[in-house]
Amino acid sequence: MTISIDPQKTNNESLQPKGWLRYFSFSLDHKVIGIQYLVCGFLFYLIGGTLASAIRIELASPMSDFMPRDVYNQVLTLHGTIMIFLWIVPVVNGAFGNYLIPFYVGARDMAFPRLNAVAFWLIPPSGLMLVASYFVEGAAQAGWTAYPPLSITTPQSGQIIWILSVLLLGGSSIFGGINFIATIIKLRRPGLKLMQLPMYCWAMLGTSLLVVLSTPVLAGTLILLSFDIIANTGFFNPVLGGNVVVYQHLFWFYSHPAVYIMVLPAFGLVSEILPVHARKPLFGYTTMVFSIMGIVVLGLVVWAHHMFTSGTPPWMRLFFTIATAFIAVPTGIKFFNWVATLWGGKISINSAMLFSCGFIINFVFGGITGVALAQVPFDIHVHDTYFVVAHFHYIVYGGTVFIIFSSIYHWFPKVTGKMLNEKLGILHFIITFIGFNLCFAPQHWLGLNGMPRRVAEYDPQFQFVNQISSLGALLMAISTIPFLINVLLSVRNGKDSGDNPWNALTPEWLTSSPPPVENWEGEAPLVEEPYGYGKEISERK
Amino acid sequence: MLNKNFYLILITSLVFAISFWIGFNVNLLPAEASINAPIYDELFKILFIIGLIIFIGMTIAVIYSLFKFRKRNDQIGDGIALEGNLSLEIVWTIIPSIIVLLIGLYSYNIYDRMGGMKELNHNHEMMSSNSEKIWAGISQTSDNEIAINNLSIEVSAMQFAFLFNYPKGNFISGELHVPVDQKVSMKMESKDVIHAFWVPEFRIKQDIIPGQPTILNFTPTKVGKYPIICAELCGPYHGGMRASIIVEEESDYNEWFNKNKKPEVNL
Repeated sequence: MTISIDPQKTNNESLQPKGWLRYFSFSLDHKVIGIQYLVCGFLFYLIGGTLASAIRIELASPMSDFMPRDVYNQVLTLHGTIMIFLWIVPVVNGAFGNYLIPFYVGARDMAFPRLNAVAFWLIPPSGLMLVASYFVEGAAQAGWTAYPPLSITTPQSGQIIWILSVLLLGGSSIFGGINFIATIIKLRRPGLKLMQLPMYCWAMLGTSLLVVLSTPVLAGTLILLSFDIIANTGFFNPVLGGNVVVYQHLFWFYSHPAVYIMVLPAFGLVSEILPVHARKPLFGYTTMVFSIMGIVVLGLVVWAHHMFTSGTPPWMRLFFTIATAFIAVPTGIKFFNWVATLWGGKISINSAMLFSCGFIINFVFGGITGVALAQVPFDIHVHDTYFVVAHFHYIVYGGTVFIIFSSIYHWFPKVTGKMLNEKLGILHFIITFIGFNLCFAPQHWLGLNGMPRRVAEYDPQFQFVNQISSLGALLMAISTIPFLINVLLSVRNGKDSGDNPWNALTPEWLTSSPPPVENWEGEAPLVEEPYGYGKEISERK
Repeated sequence: MLNKNFYLILITSLVFAISFWIGFNVNLLPAEASINAPIYDELFKILFIIGLIIFIGMTIAVIYSLFKFRKRNDQIGDGIALEGNLSLEIVWTIIPSIIVLLIGLYSYNIYDRMGGMKELNHNHEMMSSNSEKIWAGISQTSDNEIAINNLSIEVSAMQFAFLFNYPKGNFISGELHVPVDQKVSMKMESKDVIHAFWVPEFRIKQDIIPGQPTILNFTPTKVGKYPIICAELCGPYHGGMRASIIVEEESDYNEWFNKNKKPEVNL
């Protein structure tokens, strides 16, 4: 079912700006929207990273001496919110999803191009609004979790702007999710079966289901919270008989699946990258598909493991322990399958490959601490400490952000027709990998030994380890320099890549690089074996 | 083939040996000062060793693959067209499932030994009524365990301090004094936002919630002074919200208690 080209629409599109200006327009082209998501997300990553640096500077000394205490809380709130809602979620879903999914299903665009553009254009204003709230009366300062009653009692304007901004971003995310589901289910070219789709499509299908099922719950919760703040209702306000723990249940019903919304697309992307650079088929396609769907189902029923110290009955603690620990099984299958994909390949050691392998190592580490945290008795000691901070940065930075970089190295030639410089890329990987581990590995020890999270001051005995962590953060900040130089130089002066520099078999490489406006000159090719490496051409279907 | 298996077994046993050695010799935890702490540390050690085995094993597998199967300059073409291996995939589904299940059962056992699964019963004079709904942390007291000298304390938390009310002595203290080796039962409630009561050396933590009392019981085992840390973001001075718990010999505790006690109690 390919899109038929409406003459009216073609006419409209000829009115749209050409060249770089189209990236600032309300473009309907999925490739332009994908790049808009990516660049916009990266700019917010730089802002979020600056805030992270401010946190690490504050924590280089035990006293609260770098910034006022309430500003510190605003900084950590904005850091979390920006990194989650404006960098990772829009980039792994919006950017790569929009760019790749229509190619993978053999379509000329997404199912709802206008909705797609709306979904993107909600992001810059809500992001700017969030950042600007600092200059009104101070930004929100109750953490990205915004637990009441703290979020009700802190200055209202910042919290309300935070709620508005997250609502808009959640809306954008829901629009995107609906679009991905419709595109994957309904826009596949004739003859292309579901079980022939590249793995990223399955990951995005699972992710979009989670987005559509859980984001509305967050939206409803935040609307109730805003009533409590501006209209003095008592849903979550204990003074008026509200219940603060109910908020936590509702919040985590979205925000635990949000972890999978950030991580599942990365699982999909790495499944595209590894086979190409290892020259081997993806190991265990069918089990990979079932693992994704297993994670989606289990991901919806584990939220209360964030609340083991909140006051939950014993049976509930037990259920959520077992359910959470079992997520390790489908996740583990995926990691074993990726290592098996590497095994016996002819691996090109390049930046994309190194970042993917860095992802595997970091994520396995974060997954192991995750299984430990799922155990109630274990969690009770380390909950809300730096152990948890270290754990989730291993998942979202060591996992997802490593894959974002890997994907940029992999698909840069597709988007621009130029190669990125490999030497700068490997330098970027080495500094990022060392910096990341130096920053976050020591934080496990800090948490175990008594340093809670979200503090501006701490016991002097933790100073040395905190300084190591800050040094790692400095390296992470420096690591963006070779990356930025690389991208800015290569986009103009990079070596020409040709249409398919990696000799990849997935459909996006079977057209010119950069691709034409409607993706293919003629009919979309039917790719029945996106991972048919190692077979004679005649053997490939 | 035998040669290959030999190396596989050798490396596997090395990984196990290294993991067990690190697990038993590297201590990442603070001092143990309550009956919960050694139980916690037992669980930690098991999880640490299993985690190390998996992490070191996976890291070796990735690095070995990158090295062994790297593309040499003279090589062209693809790797082997291996699309999967059902029996292998069944193996690495079932083994992790069993490990996860065993860890789950084991941590259930740990949780039970910490007193987490016991029926809630709080021996407290100031409790308003039996119907009051109270949420509990670990180490609850069961009916038959309530000793007469069970120490009951009421904790109230506020921005940014803890206050400890000793109902038997009718006084309030900013420091928590408790006798060693005696079960302490605390009923906690917050006056404003959510706080948490955490003593790292005791391995216990429980949120203190406004409008919803929580209970936390513990038995200290080591004389000393330990920090009480607020672990839930509660405002600008959250990082400074600290108190101390002083665990002392019973005679010292009684001396302190009698010094602070207000004699005329009109109850």
